[in-house]
Amino acid sequence: MKKKSINNHTILLLITVGLFIILYGAGYISYGVIETKGFEKLQTFLDILRTNAALICIACGMTCVMLTGGIDISVGSLVAMDCMILAVGMEYQEISPTLLVPFVLLIGIVFGAVMGYLIGYLDIQPFIVTMAGMFFARGMTAMICTDQVNIAKSNWFKDLAAIKVYMPFDIGAVVNKRGVKMVPYVNVAVLIALVVVILVFLMLRYTRTGRSMYAVGGSHTSAALMGLNVKRTKMITYILSSFLCSIGGICYCMNTMCGTTTQALGLEMKAISSAVIGGTLLTGGVGNVFGSFVGVLINGTIQSIVSFNADLTRLGGTVPNVVSAFLLFLFIMLQAVFAKLRERKQG
Amino acid sequence: MKSVKDWIKKISKKPLFLPLFSVFLVLVINVIYDAVQGNYIFSFFTFELKEGALYGRIVDILNRGSEAAILAIGMTLVVSSSGGTDISVGSVMSLSGSLCCMLLAGFGVTHVRGPEELQMPIWVGAVAGIAIAGVVGLFNGFLVARMKIQPMVATLIFFTAGRAIGLLLTNNKMVYILLDEFKWFGLGKTWIFPTPTVIAAICIALMVLVLRFTSLGMYVQSVGINPRASRIAGINSAAIILLCYVICGLYAGVAGIVATSRIYSADSNNIGLNLELDAILAVALGGNSLGGGRFNLAGSIIGAYTIQAITTTMYALGVAKAQAPVYKAIIVILIVVVQSPAVKAYFAHRKAQRESLAIAGRS
Amino acid sequence: MTFPGVKALQNVDFTLREGEIHALMGENGAGKSTLIKCLTGVNDFEQGEIHMDGKPIRNHSTLDAQKNGISTVYQEVNLCPNLSVAENLFIGREPLTKIGTISRKAMLNRARELMQKLDIQVDVAKTLDSYSIAIQQMIAIARAVDMDCKVLILDEPTSSLDDKEVEKLFILMRSLRDQGIGIIFVTHFLEQVYAVCDRITVLRNGQLVGEYQIADLPRLKLVAAMMGKDFDDLQSIKSKEDEAVSDELEIEARGLSHARKIKPFDLDIHKGEVLGLTGLLGSGRSELARCIYGADRAQTGTLKVGGKETTISAPIDAMRLGMGLLPDDRKAEGIVEDLSVRENIMLAMQSLKGVRAKIPMDKQMEITKKYIELLEIKTPSTETLVKQLSGGNQQKVIIARWLATDPDFLILDEPTRGIDVGTKTEIQKLVVELARQGKSVIFISSEIEEMLRTCNRLAVLRDGEKVGELTENLTQESVMKAIAGGERN
Repeated sequence: MKKKSINNHTILLLITVGLFIILYGAGYISYGVIETKGFEKLQTFLDILRTNAALICIACGMTCVMLTGGIDISVGSLVAMDCMILAVGMEYQEISPTLLVPFVLLIGIVFGAVMGYLIGYLDIQPFIVTMAGMFFARGMTAMICTDQVNIAKSNWFKDLAAIKVYMPFDIGAVVNKRGVKMVPYVNVAVLIALVVVILVFLMLRYTRTGRSMYAVGGSHTSAALMGLNVKRTKMITYILSSFLCSIGGICYCMNTMCGTTTQALGLEMKAISSAVIGGTLLTGGVGNVFGSFVGVLINGTIQSIVSFNADLTRLGGTVPNVVSAFLLFLFIMLQAVFAKLRERKQG
Repeated sequence: MKSVKDWIKKISKKPLFLPLFSVFLVLVINVIYDAVQGNYIFSFFTFELKEGALYGRIVDILNRGSEAAILAIGMTLVVSSSGGTDISVGSVMSLSGSLCCMLLAGFGVTHVRGPEELQMPIWVGAVAGIAIAGVVGLFNGFLVARMKIQPMVATLIFFTAGRAIGLLLTNNKMVYILLDEFKWFGLGKTWIFPTPTVIAAICIALMVLVLRFTSLGMYVQSVGINPRASRIAGINSAAIILLCYVICGLYAGVAGIVATSRIYSADSNNIGLNLELDAILAVALGGNSLGGGRFNLAGSIIGAYTIQAITTTMYALGVAKAQAPVYKAIIVILIVVVQSPAVKAYFAHRKAQRESLAIAGRS
Repeated sequence: MTFPGVKALQNVDFTLREGEIHALMGENGAGKSTLIKCLTGVNDFEQGEIHMDGKPIRNHSTLDAQKNGISTVYQEVNLCPNLSVAENLFIGREPLTKIGTISRKAMLNRARELMQKLDIQVDVAKTLDSYSIAIQQMIAIARAVDMDCKVLILDEPTSSLDDKEVEKLFILMRSLRDQGIGIIFVTHFLEQVYAVCDRITVLRNGQLVGEYQIADLPRLKLVAAMMGKDFDDLQSIKSKEDEAVSDELEIEARGLSHARKIKPFDLDIHKGEVLGLTGLLGSGRSELARCIYGADRAQTGTLKVGGKETTISAPIDAMRLGMGLLPDDRKAEGIVEDLSVRENIMLAMQSLKGVRAKIPMDKQMEITKKYIELLEIKTPSTETLVKQLSGGNQQKVIIARWLATDPDFLILDEPTRGIDVGTKTEIQKLVVELARQGKSVIFISSEIEEMLRTCNRLAVLRDGEKVGELTENLTQESVMKAIAGGERN
């Protein structure tokens, strides 16, 4: 009775997952089996999660925005501003992180609300508004402090960031040369990121707000005719994006433990390309956070493989960009082909 | 009193009102600043001839704004024809500079100290750099015009890859070309003018000539306004959009060579950084709708120099370079809010209300 | 509700009873869509009232209308293609669980029940775009029904459906009627009106022609009511010698077709001939012309122009062969609204010359001024944006655009729609004048009388097919008979 429906979008998601398996498998065989450099260790995978925890949170927010047919290019700068607020607050002002963390989250909400209002209610192009947001946040970062501020003073935030969460039941544990048992671990940021993915996934699937985002992206005239509040939905989406971005900023800070003006440059494009690779259409209405999560993992895996390859490493940090741009191209073409096919089917 | 009001109303509807008004504001701020500082109040407008080269704040603005102005020309066409923006131009600038330097120095070589170390004539390198930018433009145009992909997504590919390919070409190193012939593009002077201003002037002149002696301008606008009607009237929309992206790419290449020459090195990570945003902003500031359609090239160019003037003024006012974006953001938001349909409708409504009240009052 | 120059709807009474299917008929510009827009709150109206169940109502938005029990289903389905069928049915009013989240299970169950009740065979968990337009329309109807609608407006729902799908839709319509829902059915297909409707209201030029029981109104009378049969006293603008047509063929089409739009047809057009394409809107009269011009690329068949076989893959090919097309949708395909009058006039001529050979400004001005004078285009200046002109003047600008290219063969699709009587006559005279100069013209119009005055020959279309040609004894009566297609009802 119950047939699983497989449509184009499911296929795109399957391709993404398949690609991740192939990429990871290639890394596994090359640097885990043929040359035993350690790619086979579970820790390698967890490290991908660890370095990309912030990006995962941000990509979730970006996915929501893209679902409504919008774009948010302010996220990278917002992360930088969040980190700077945290760093300066803790180091120079000696404010407790108990106050700072909620403050940063609040800033995210206000930031998103302003952009969301301009986009939703005043009907200004998302690209322009979030570009202004990007300028603003980056500039504010510099206004707060132009130097690199390292978080050195100890407080619970620093302790929290340093906590290693080991895999339960010693899964993937290895014994190193000195005979010490190494249990793979992640940090708190990864846990936060995973919780974000699950919550946003549930939100998109099981709440009216979430479904409205899909409806608005699918056809915003239809959504309005069906009685949905399109303007409010758009505003909420940008608030959510900036809020998740602030969570991402906190995760980012946990990894870097510093604030600089040049932090997280170009992070917005990484988030967008992860979402696109994960099967989210920029035209809106199609995609989900799970796809974007896999998209982030694909970008992370490319980075990881490059770091394992001595030749590529020598070429520097740019190879992943080229590969991921190529993947982006591939996925955009795939999406275009599917769109053409559907058009033909419907005449 | 009324005539002044009418005059303001009339003049504020002129297409070049917004950019010229911005320029005017910047000038006023500069004059006030000089007055407060106790300088000669018109020092902003003064020119000096030092060692055969022209100096002055205006010259400086024109010089530094060259790249943005060149980019704004191509961006105007892209925005007008496709209703979208090309975000790859900054990255493409870097790619073009990197290719040029790599060809001149040879792969893996980091310094060229004398003419004998050059692998090929400088002009060949420059042309190659511009050509590769044209190829990227072709690629972008193909995706937008033929594959019907949104401009921003299509150009996102080279936004990500352009800089990275540049770094691969230079073997991930800074490549210095320490030759005066090479520095000429960015740091030299032609007669008494800084070369970048001359190059920008040539680029502008070329486009003006093209628009004057071909019907490209009409085609581009027609395609941007109503692609279906344009098709019925015999215009190949896809070809026109493709051409716009190629032109935009080529101009990005030129800007890239100038920017590279300014620092006489291929610094892939920093050349053209965020300049795509300046170019887009210049187009918007020039009174052009980012949704495509009618364009005003003069507006975009003035817009580009206005942005530079704002930046220069801000630096003069003591705003740190890294903080300047905050003010830029505020300016952008003010401009788009004033231009937004919702706000316009609100004021139109208010006006209608006032008028109906006035009529009611009279009767 | 008025549009500049033309009153869209004047003093129209319309009554819909419970449990009936009521056809709303009329040609383009008759005021059908305006009436519907007034009913559903899209447009506001100036005079009159709407009563429902005896109580006056006023809708300010489609949402208001929905709340009052008036729902509309359009040809382009207003649902979200990316959501599942169930979600489209219930979005905005999903069944919730105790903690306020959507209960997907309950939603799917209710959707299945609803689909079963209406006998629509779909998997409610699949996305909407995996179904045909016909099913999507039925789902839109189901949504309306489930929202307790009492009045259902179907605005040209059958335009993109095939016969089987139409039949399915009719079954659904009949069962809804039997449940007491009043349905307003707008269509251009006469067959369908007689197959499913109980009563007919006919509008023409924004005015009510009449309300009829279906049994009282045979086809021919319906067509007459829609097209207007009042013979006017205007002198024929053709003279005897205009009837003489050269034997030389300008266009020879054999088996041209475009899937779903026009079935294969043959057509000859002589030099110096005005060929009228007649038939109701949606009969394929525009599509036939567009197929020749390459606006919709022909998928089968051959085309000879001036005796030589050619393939036309884009409009520019047709233009190089000396053709021109004035499309029926002026706003969407005719004017380039933000360009000036001059640029709009020069557009086709310039694209024929190519991008490099820009026509010098003084030449442009000369041509523009010539046509502004010739066609009496009312514009403040040559540089006025064309969107600021009235509809009739915009139409003249597009005619000027084509005349400037000096075409051998011109297709005019509804050139006189929505413009005042004086301009209409001018355009008709122009058409005859063009033929006199040895040019061929295809003339398409909803007004038979206009066609009779200008055309030498008429080709008749019905339901996407060319069904015949009329050359001799062109009278209103014979043309209407041909359009209506026999007296089967």
